[in-house]
Formats: sequence, structure tokens, C-alpha cells
Amino acid sequence: MKKPSTSLLKLAVACAIFLLGFTSSPALSSPAPAPPADRVQIIGAGATFPYPIYSKWFDEYHKLHPDIEINYQSIGSGGGIRQLLAGTVDFGASDGPMTDEQLGQAKEKIYHFPTVLGADVPTYNIPGVDQELKFSPEALAGIFLGKITKWNDSELTRANAGVSLPGNDIVVVHRSDGSGTTYIWTDYLSKVSDEWKTRIGRNTSVNWPVGLGGKGNEGVSGLVKQTPYSIGYVELVYAIQNHMPYGRVRNSSGNSVKADLASVTAAAAGASKEMPDDFRVSITNAPGKTAYPISSFTWLLIPGKIDDARKRQTITDFLHWMMTDGQKFCEPLAYAPLPKAVVAKEMKAISRIGG
Amino acid sequence: MSYRRVWRKCVNGLMLGLTGLCTVVTVSVLFFILGYLVWHGGRALNWEFITRLPKPVGESGGGMANAIVGSAKLLLVAALVGLPVGFMGGVYLAEFGGRTFSFLVRYTADLLNGVPSIVMGIFAYTVVVLPMHHFSALAGGLALGVMLVPIVLRSTEEFLRSVPQSLREGALALGAKKWRAIATVVVPAAARGIATGMLLSLARVAGETAPLLFTSFNNRFWSSGFNEPTASLPVMIYTYALSAYDDWHRQAWAAGFVLLSLVLVANIGARLILARKQSPLRG
Amino acid sequence: MGTVLVERARPGRERPPGVGERARSWVRRLQSGDEIAHLVTLVFASSIFLVTVLLVFELYANSTLPLHKFGWLFFVTRAWDPVFENFGALPFIYGTVVTSAVALLIAVPLGVGAAIFLAELAPPRISDALTFVIELLAAVPSVIFGLLGFFVLVPVLRNVVEPFLKSTLGSLPLFQGPIYGVGFLAAALVLAIMIVPFILSVSREVLLAVPVEQREAALALGATHWEATWKVVVPYARTGILGSIFLALARALGETVAVTMVIGNDPKISASLFAPGYSIAAVIANEFTEATGDLYVQALIELGLVLFIVTFMINGLARLLILATTARGSEHA
Repeated sequence: MKKPSTSLLKLAVACAIFLLGFTSSPALSSPAPAPPADRVQIIGAGATFPYPIYSKWFDEYHKLHPDIEINYQSIGSGGGIRQLLAGTVDFGASDGPMTDEQLGQAKEKIYHFPTVLGADVPTYNIPGVDQELKFSPEALAGIFLGKITKWNDSELTRANAGVSLPGNDIVVVHRSDGSGTTYIWTDYLSKVSDEWKTRIGRNTSVNWPVGLGGKGNEGVSGLVKQTPYSIGYVELVYAIQNHMPYGRVRNSSGNSVKADLASVTAAAAGASKEMPDDFRVSITNAPGKTAYPISSFTWLLIPGKIDDARKRQTITDFLHWMMTDGQKFCEPLAYAPLPKAVVAKEMKAISRIGG
Repeated sequence: MSYRRVWRKCVNGLMLGLTGLCTVVTVSVLFFILGYLVWHGGRALNWEFITRLPKPVGESGGGMANAIVGSAKLLLVAALVGLPVGFMGGVYLAEFGGRTFSFLVRYTADLLNGVPSIVMGIFAYTVVVLPMHHFSALAGGLALGVMLVPIVLRSTEEFLRSVPQSLREGALALGAKKWRAIATVVVPAAARGIATGMLLSLARVAGETAPLLFTSFNNRFWSSGFNEPTASLPVMIYTYALSAYDDWHRQAWAAGFVLLSLVLVANIGARLILARKQSPLRG
Repeated sequence: MGTVLVERARPGRERPPGVGERARSWVRRLQSGDEIAHLVTLVFASSIFLVTVLLVFELYANSTLPLHKFGWLFFVTRAWDPVFENFGALPFIYGTVVTSAVALLIAVPLGVGAAIFLAELAPPRISDALTFVIELLAAVPSVIFGLLGFFVLVPVLRNVVEPFLKSTLGSLPLFQGPIYGVGFLAAALVLAIMIVPFILSVSREVLLAVPVEQREAALALGATHWEATWKVVVPYARTGILGSIFLALARALGETVAVTMVIGNDPKISASLFAPGYSIAAVIANEFTEATGDLYVQALIELGLVLFIVTFMINGLARLLILATTARGSEHA
């Protein structure tokens, strides 16, 4: 009797062998170098705010040390905190510092290490308007509270004389995931608007009164770019890399400041002198004539106790590199490097990581 | 012709025409999807895409080599987990099953089939990722494997049942034990159908995104072995499409093209094989 | 079906085999390998059952916090506030229901209409070929639909369709409010395209299973082709068609990725189809990896449990309906 099964069986076995071979030797495709035998892969997750600089850092570090792969996934600061607490990642990253309550949930201590300074900018997409807009704190709070609904509202036209703003509805875009960028934004709004502070509050994830939700800084910039008459908040480099316009914000001294290296560094000036030991500090609405009001540090969240000696060494080595050589990659990506005083303090803090 | 009859004839023509329109609309949607994806995705596909790793954020170029291999890994784990269970379960239902227990198994399989894939992801997260303390291809493959089971079970049972009873009885009459009869006569007779059922089920889970989001996670580098998080085509498409980088959009289209081509090739291939099966054994 | 090993007849034995007798024969069967085969396959089959039970258990066990804190209120509260830890499922239930309902409204006429065409009018070979093509739609991964939805459908909705609807039907609350492109309507349309193949293929099969005598009787009485179809054949297959609709509904309810890419991700309840919304599956996908705080995570898992139960019930109903039709069809065949 015919046995059609044998040829099918042979085919199945061949496929299985092929798949096995294919999957276990990534060196099959020649342009990608085969990973060295004793490579270590460290897994981190968290903020999308610093993702551009982090991915650059991890790539450069990998080029310097081909046996070290740091796999970072930008899933939002909330995700970084949560996965770190659950123990599924080796380190986290967040632009919203962990609360005491969250730190209390951790099995052992978690240390915050500031990495760069960045800024949340209001980016918008208004067909026909090419000029740079100026936003007052009241305007931003009003828009995101849903009280200012049209682009030609008096609060906006007042600050932007000379720009003809259309009468279209404002489409608000915010984050749909747990985000440190949101934390920074809501932290700022809580400081400049009492209504925001009592009604909404500051957190990585809030109950937004209005708006569409985008996933990650990537998602928000994607939505704003695709949706006319929209406004969203993203980290500075996302607006720059995607060639999207972003506005100036009036700071506590009354000046309309645009986010850039100088203004962000100015915002951190006060804090770097009085940096607390755990590095958790907020620099939104900082004093200073040239300070950009929606600036922030962003932190790597490192467990205080790392059992695997190789991983511990890798992480501490990376932190050293990050604070010294790594800082030179900040400026091309529009992040402000850490102030020297902060770096000095951090260097001492690295020794706290034990095993 | 009476007025009423004319009216009825008009309605007849109109409604039948409408149904034709419905068909045209549905078919054209598929062709549109295919065409658009081929045009956009085909253009973006290049050798770099298939062989290189992703570049840092904001830099253009790079590829999804690790995602392609990652998807293959996930499918391998899924196959190892899901195919034997589904196959054996199908054999049980078709050859051995008692009435109530069979009903129970069939019903639970249907239930499992209807579970939204995101819920499957939650399940794999709580059962594999949390205890293991890391994301892994294993967890992702397990989630996909569980999704495979009901499909393979149903198709295995169906094709085994379609094998004529005379074959079984013939084998037994020749003195074979029951298990031998099943293994050497019944299963080979249904092999083509069973294999295509397995192929179709693999094609179905290859495109699933939701269960992978918090199990296999994602990886910028190659993942070695099965114990590390891995990139996969559906997750990369999802991540890249939602970003604002035009280059990432281009790569998302290319990945979509690759994924869709594989899925459609598997489906068309499976159905053609089934159609060709003439069953000369029907007796 | 299935052979039974027959005990060699012993002359004079009247009563049924006793326990010892059965045990010995069991051991004999074991040695011959049949029982092992039975056991092995039984183990695999039961594992399916066990996994499902484990799944339900895990879902339930990990939802205890919100179940205790909110109880039934969970299903009627609008808020989704991680800051103040107030969670309510209503916006997501609303979003899931609305998008699925509108999707059905679009997909059912399309699917049933096309099924009628393919079952009644088209020549068999064209019917088979077209069905083949349409069933391929069912194989397209969800993320591809999301990709096309986001880049192709949403701009079309935003620039052409929704303004048109607003200007013509703007008096209805369904079509009022600002136009984003993403929103309930976009999600409903994407879902509709995804579920049409299910409705179509099952309906077509069910229609083909209607005994030809029914059709011929109607035609013999003078009905037009359409009348015969609509008034006789379709009602006969009604239960099966209904079953296919339920199946499609279950699929639509659980759809995750395609929906979250086009729905706008805003947990709000709005009468307008243009407004952004959220569905259960979408919120789980977006917020699960980062929900800090046990109550938050478990609220999401409870949502998953709700979704599971609802799809379970609908699937069960669907299977019953389809079973009823095919049984009925074979009775009369």
C-alpha cells in the first residue's frame, strides 16, 4: 500500500532540522557578526524619553565591548518600574522617580542614577501655521484640561500676536501607557495650575480629561504628525528627529524659552547644587531667567543587590562609561549632559551597588 | 405582465445584484490589502532588511534579521508544545474517546480557541515569565503553542474520522493491535489532512502579536537560545508602525509584506494540497 | 466506530465478567500496548482540559483585589484613574460593545449578502474560487490590518468619510463632535473587514446544506429566484447564520492589536462614532506591562477575565446554533 506519509514525514523532518539550524546559529547571515561565546546580555526596560540616547549608548558600548549586549526596550517609565519590581528585567529606567510607596514594594533597595537632562516640549501640527508658537502655563493647563478647545482662543492669540491661528478644534494627544514623560508634564502642570493639581495630579498615568492616547513618545509624535490641529507633549529629540515644530514655554521669570541645551542645563543649575543623596529631584518650573520650565533628569533604576557577579560588573562598568565618555553623545541628540557636581556624586554612589 | 409581477422581477434583479456587489466589495478588500502591502512593502524590502540588526533610534537603515529568526524560534517552540498535544488529543477523540469525556475535551478546546489572544498573553506571563523572572522566547512560544492546540485537535480528529472504517477493520483483521492499526494505517491515511491542519495552525499563530507583548518582549540584538527575550515580526511591525520615524514606517511595511507572504503561502499551499487529495481510499 | 476486543466466548458462561476477570483482561490489553496508547492519548487530551482550568483559575486568583474593593461597582464605574486608584470597567465595556456592534452592522449584510450570492447564484467553480480567496482574508494577521487601518483607512476617514457623514447626517449625535480619524468608527470598520470572512464562509456552507427540495418547491410555486432565496432558503438556514454571527462577534470582541492602533486609546464614553475610545483588549495590551501597583494590575486582569467569560458564552451559543442547523439539515436530507 502506498505510504504518502513517508515523504511528508521526510519533509517535516527536513523543515525541523532547517529551523533548528536557522535559529541556533545567528551567524548564518554573514554581515552580522557572530556573538562571542561568553557574551552577556543584560535586559533593561523603561522610559521612552531617553530612548534615543540610550539606544545610541548601548550600541556604542556594544561596539567597544562586543561581548556585552544591553537589550533595552522602551515600554514607558511605568513599565520600567513595574518590570523591575517584578524582577523580570535587570534594570529599569524612568523619568518619573519612584515613589516611596513603590520603593517599599521592592525586595531590596533600588538606586536612582541620573543619566541625562531632557525636556518635554509641546509639539503641534497646525496646517498653515509655520511660525513658532509661544505657550503660557495657563494655556497649556487649559488645553490639557479640555477648557481651551480652539486654536484661536484668546489665551493663545494673546501670546502669539502676529500669527493667525485658525478656529479649528484642538486635538489633544497624550500618552496611553505609563510614562515618565507624562510624569514630567503633569508635574509641571501641577506646579502651575491648582486645578490640575487637585483634579488630576501628577503620575506616570493619569485620568486625562480629553485627548487621544499614543503609545510611547514614538506613538505621540506619530499621532501628532498624522493628525492636523493636534498638540502633544514629547521629549525634545523626538520633535527634532521627526522635524516637528515645537513651541516656547513661558518660565517662572516670565520669559518665553525654547527648549535647548542651554535652557535645560540652566534649569538644573539649582538642583545640582542641592542634589539629594538618592538623586530624586524635580526641576520643573525651576527658577532662572533662561531656564526651560519643563526640564527633567532621567534615571536608570539599578537594584542595590545584583547576585550575578558578571552582570554586576558589567552594569557598574557601564555606569562609569556612561557618566564620562558616554556624555559626549548627548549633545548631538539634543540632550543636556549631566552637571559635573552630579557626576561626582554619582561616581561615589556606584560603589553602593553590591552583590 | 401585471404590475406586481414587474415589481417582483425588479426586486429580484436588484437584490441579486446587491448580493453580487457584496461579494465584489469583500473580494476587492482582500486584493486591495494584498496589493497595497506588496507595493509598499515590496519596495521597502531589501537585502539589508533581511540580514541586518536594527539601528539605534533615529538612524535610518538597519533591518529585522533578528525578528525573522525570532519568529522562527517562537514557531518552533509553539510547534513542539502545541502539535503533539493537539495531535494526540485528536487521536484520542477519534479513536478511543468515551462519550462524556470526549464532549468535555471538545468543548474545552473550543473554549480555548475562543480565548482572546491577549488573555493568553496574561496567562503565559503569570505562569512562565513571573516564576522565571525574565521574558523569554519560551514564554512566547508557550502562549502560541497553547493557541495551536484547539486548531490541531479539531483538524486531526476530523481527518481521522474521515478515514473509512473498513481500513481500520482490515488492519485489525490482519492481526494488528489497535495502536498499531492506528499508527500504521489510519494516521498515514489521514496524514495529508493532518499535516495541512498543522501547517494552517502554525500560519495562524505566526501572525499573533498580543500574546508576545509581555512574554517574548523584544530584543535589539540576537537572542541566543530560547531563554532570552526575542524580537519577532509582529511585535516589530506594531512598534515601528506606531512611531513617527518614516524609516521605521518603511521597515514596518517591509516586515508586513514578509509576514503576510509567509502566512498566505502557507495557507494557499495547505488548501491546494487538501484540494488535490482525491481519496482513492474511500471505500 | 472503534473496535472492541471481544472476550473469547466460553461455553456455559452466563454472567458478566467479574472484577478479577476484567482486571486480567486489562493487564492483557496493557501488555499488548493498546491500553498504553489509550492512556497516553488520554493524558494529552486531559492536559487540554487542565490547561483551560488553570487559565481560568489564574485569571480569577489574580483578580481578587479589585473584586473585593469594587465588587459589582467595577462594571458600572466610568473612572480609570491610576493616580487615585479608582478603576471602573464601563468605558472599556462600552468601547468593546460599540465597536463590535457597529462592526456587525456592517459585516453581517456584507457577509450574508455575499454568501447568498456565492451559494445561490455563482457557478460552483467561481463560488469555490472566490470563497477560497475570501477565506484567505481570515488568515491575514491582525497587525497587518492595524497597519493598513492606521496608514490608509484613518486618513481616508479623517479627510473624506467623516466630514461627509458630518455634513449629511450631522444632526444625529452619532456623527457629531471633532474629527480625529481614529476612533470608534475606524475600529468598527477594521473589525468589520476582519470578521466578514467568518460570517461568509459559515453562512455559505449552511445555505448550501439547505435541501434542494425546499428551493425547488418555492420556485415551483412561482417565486422569483430572490423570493425563493430570501423567504425560504435563508429562513431555513437562519440558525446557522445566526451562529456564524455569534462566532464573528466573539472574534471581534477579543481583537487586540488592530483595534488599539486605530481606536484612539481614550477611556471615555461618547455618543459620537468619531470620538476616540478604548476596548478591553486594547487597554490590557497598552497598560499591562507597566501597571504599577497590585490593584492596577489586577484590575486589568479582571478585565481579561470579563472578556474571557463573555467570549466563552458567545462561543458556546454559537456552537449550539450551528450544531442545531447542521443536525436539522441532515435530518431532512
